[in-house]
Amino acid sequence: MKILVCVKQVPDTTEIRIDPETNTLIRSGVPSIVNPFDKNALEAALQLKDQYGAEVTVLSMGPAQAADALRECYAMGADHMVLVSDRAFGGADTLATSYTLAAAIRSLGEFDIIFCGKQAIDGDTAQVGPELAEHLGIAQVTYVAGIERKEDYLILKKEQEDCYEKIQVRMPVLLTAVKSLNEPRYPNVMKKMKANRMEVLTLTAKDLPELIPEKLGLKGSPTKVKKTFVPSVRKAGVMILGGDASGKVSELLDKLTEAKITL
Amino acid sequence: MEWQLMTDEQKDITGMIRNFLEKELAPIVPECEEKSEFPMEVFKKIGEIGLWGLDIPEEYGGPGFDLQTLSLIREEFGRVDCGFAVSFGAATVGFKQVLAGGNEQQKQAMAKRLLNGEISAMCITEPQSGSDVAGTKTKAVRSGDEYIINGTKTFITNGGLANVYIVVAVTNPDLGSRGLSCFIVERDAPGVSVGKEENKMGIRLSNTTDVVFQNVHVPVENRIGEEGDGFKIVMKALEKSRPICIAPLIGMAQRAIEIAAEYCRVRTPYGKPIGKLQGIQFKIADMEIQLQTARAIMMYAAKVADEGKPISCLGSISKTYVSEAAFTIIDEALQILGGYGYSKEYPIEKMLRDVRVYRIFEGTNEVQRQIIGKTVIGKC
Amino acid sequence: MRESKNVWVLIEVVRGKLKNVSLELLGQGRKMADALGEKLVAVIPGCEVQEFAQVAISCGADQVLVVDQVELKDYSTDGYAKVVCTLIEKYGPSVLLIGATNNGRDLGPRISCRMKTGLTADCTELAVDEETRLVRWTRPAFGGNLMATILCPDTRPQIGTVRPGVFKRPLADLEREGEIILEHVELGEEEIRTRILEVLAGEGDQGVNLEEAEIIVAGGRGVGSKENFHILRELADVLGAQVGASRAAVDSEWIPALHQVGQTGKTVGPRIYIACGISGAIQHLAGMSSSDVIIAINQDPEAPIFQVADYGIVGDLFEIVPELTKKIREKKAG
Repeated sequence: MKILVCVKQVPDTTEIRIDPETNTLIRSGVPSIVNPFDKNALEAALQLKDQYGAEVTVLSMGPAQAADALRECYAMGADHMVLVSDRAFGGADTLATSYTLAAAIRSLGEFDIIFCGKQAIDGDTAQVGPELAEHLGIAQVTYVAGIERKEDYLILKKEQEDCYEKIQVRMPVLLTAVKSLNEPRYPNVMKKMKANRMEVLTLTAKDLPELIPEKLGLKGSPTKVKKTFVPSVRKAGVMILGGDASGKVSELLDKLTEAKITL
Repeated sequence: MEWQLMTDEQKDITGMIRNFLEKELAPIVPECEEKSEFPMEVFKKIGEIGLWGLDIPEEYGGPGFDLQTLSLIREEFGRVDCGFAVSFGAATVGFKQVLAGGNEQQKQAMAKRLLNGEISAMCITEPQSGSDVAGTKTKAVRSGDEYIINGTKTFITNGGLANVYIVVAVTNPDLGSRGLSCFIVERDAPGVSVGKEENKMGIRLSNTTDVVFQNVHVPVENRIGEEGDGFKIVMKALEKSRPICIAPLIGMAQRAIEIAAEYCRVRTPYGKPIGKLQGIQFKIADMEIQLQTARAIMMYAAKVADEGKPISCLGSISKTYVSEAAFTIIDEALQILGGYGYSKEYPIEKMLRDVRVYRIFEGTNEVQRQIIGKTVIGKC
Repeated sequence: MRESKNVWVLIEVVRGKLKNVSLELLGQGRKMADALGEKLVAVIPGCEVQEFAQVAISCGADQVLVVDQVELKDYSTDGYAKVVCTLIEKYGPSVLLIGATNNGRDLGPRISCRMKTGLTADCTELAVDEETRLVRWTRPAFGGNLMATILCPDTRPQIGTVRPGVFKRPLADLEREGEIILEHVELGEEEIRTRILEVLAGEGDQGVNLEEAEIIVAGGRGVGSKENFHILRELADVLGAQVGASRAAVDSEWIPALHQVGQTGKTVGPRIYIACGISGAIQHLAGMSSSDVIIAINQDPEAPIFQVADYGIVGDLFEIVPELTKKIREKKAG
């Protein structure tokens, strides 16, 4: 089996703080991590590798430092690392990104499964996976919480809001992983040391001659960011501290009635 | 403040280990402490992330980390639990002994076993002799192409966990320290039994037991070096490990300082944080001075050892200074936390119980001072 | 580019039930269509869905495109994408709104990519720019730490997905009239590459529906055990509310994963969110901070949840919650 896992290096958005003076995000000092959902995707690929002997490639589009994310994935057990990086790709929205990634994947060969995380925790769009499947012309199943293989079919447990659906699909297929799919393994320290010494294969625009320049980066992005702003922060409200349980509850209910909030 | 001279690779390694230990070891420490139990499942997981046989050199299949890197790694273990650090660190002691005096076949075999997650234990101490290695009573009597070993070893780290022991025994009672030999003894050899587990003041996650040898037959091939090499081998091996055996204390002491500093920020008697009081600031300052100095001497000794230079005196200095400084730091941290420091609800009292043994094992600080004093004074 | 016109809303029907978010979008779509002076069109793919056409009209649609085919009985990316894209090519809408349900987020990007147009996901605000007549799509990023306003100036349709609960469901005007068009799209069996074999209920629970809930009672580490969750369930029952949970409670296996609210769980926006024994870690807040009213119950006065709660009770949830249940029950009875 040949599996490709798309990973993204993202800032740890739980560590992000707002600068109270400029009202902008403080990005410096925020650690870069492998997008958590991508780790779930990679773990699933590695479990298939453990079970069926698959070859796992990790692919990322980003600046040179995204190679660190790829190395961590190698340390978890991936076999090949590929970085797609070029100034021409910068400023891309999800359509331009998925267009570029699809070209890169095509240049690497045929894969049985393309694995993505449900969404990246910086962009939060959850669009690149399905768009990638569209560019590659393959089937997709999103919100995958369980995987079983039956020869060249996969039986997937897809998470819906209120239930799970058991879905059958024939490979090749693109899957997006949710957190409950698995618990990602720790990266192996020795493999990380090895990965640190390895060259990461980097694909630039020149290596992907099929790419049409107008479809890359900012130019190839139908969505444009008009502005960004920091949302108004929720402030602390009323605290009910004194009295016994009965008193506190009465106080709460009175206040809710006063504010015309019906339970 | 962490070591300011960390390489990128050291940062990477220690970061990965810290993340792993925080998630896998830290949450179960209180329970293991209560039961005085070594968490084998964590040891197994450590193997999965590639950390068995940490100090085995590259030529024998190990990662080949230098002592400076090993120190920083062992700090991370001490930061979470010194008891675990002790047992984990001691798991590879067998290789150190074999390296100090064994043949090539023994080195290869031992390295392979330890890299695969087997555990070894060093059996020197006996009920009547700890520092006095020459006072060993365990006997190894030659019989054909075997030795028959009889005796009791006590306070053995990993006694109950080990797959293989390195045993110091008397082969010639008339030669004193030159009549000792070292043997590789399998745990499952008939006649080997593990005694009660020690109910210790601290490092309770570390496994410490008696090991009893009753007519244990050991093939000649399992003798390390020649008859009479025992004392030399043991001393050589101990000397090599001494410079950084106290590395976990640095991690633990640093954490104690972090806890004390946090307390200084949030404890506000008389309307303001105690961190604003000069007296407290001076205490923290002295603790930090000792921490940085302790780490510096340890890393200096590690570097000297890495360069293959004589390490006996510096190693003893490192061991002595760090074990005593760490005690002072943690004791002061307890003082700063006051009543909370004394309570088992907070981590400091455990740290104080853990640090105390380091002035005793790996050669008591009194013995270390003998070594240092004699070295400096020279022959007289 | 040929002229594109009209605001479309995709109506999601799953296993015979119309999703509330679709109606909420009709309400918002109506406002946008009015601002543009154009029509509001509801698109309903599915099987046996014709009955919902009138519902869409009563909620504001001027026109309804119904595609009622047996191949569409179950949602499938391939089937629904082909249907919607075929209709888009035929009619040329300028705006398409899709509910950001799991299916909506599955389908939206497939459509936008095929149509080579822009999609803005999980919008929390929509507006029509008077001058340019472009839609301004506003959405959260960086786990909610940053808001971005997006435009899709050059391609059509402009597509966006919107989470349930962001807009209010419009009042149904049963007198309202509209045009219903029955469309047909050829769908071969081999074109639909996925097949739903079975629907598995979430373990041990009937009807988890946090995304559409008006009120959610959620439990965290403070609840302490699987059995203790019944205290929260009793409160939820008396309120007609859903039960949610923090990651800590789910990881401890006190409640199934479908109840998890947070960065790696569900994003919810109920009218009222009652957080019991939840400390308020950033990852949890990311999932519920758009609730209208947050009520927090926690023993620890320093718990971060109190920084965002509109009403905070410091106390033992094992005393407070049953007391709250009791008093509400009395109030509702009396």
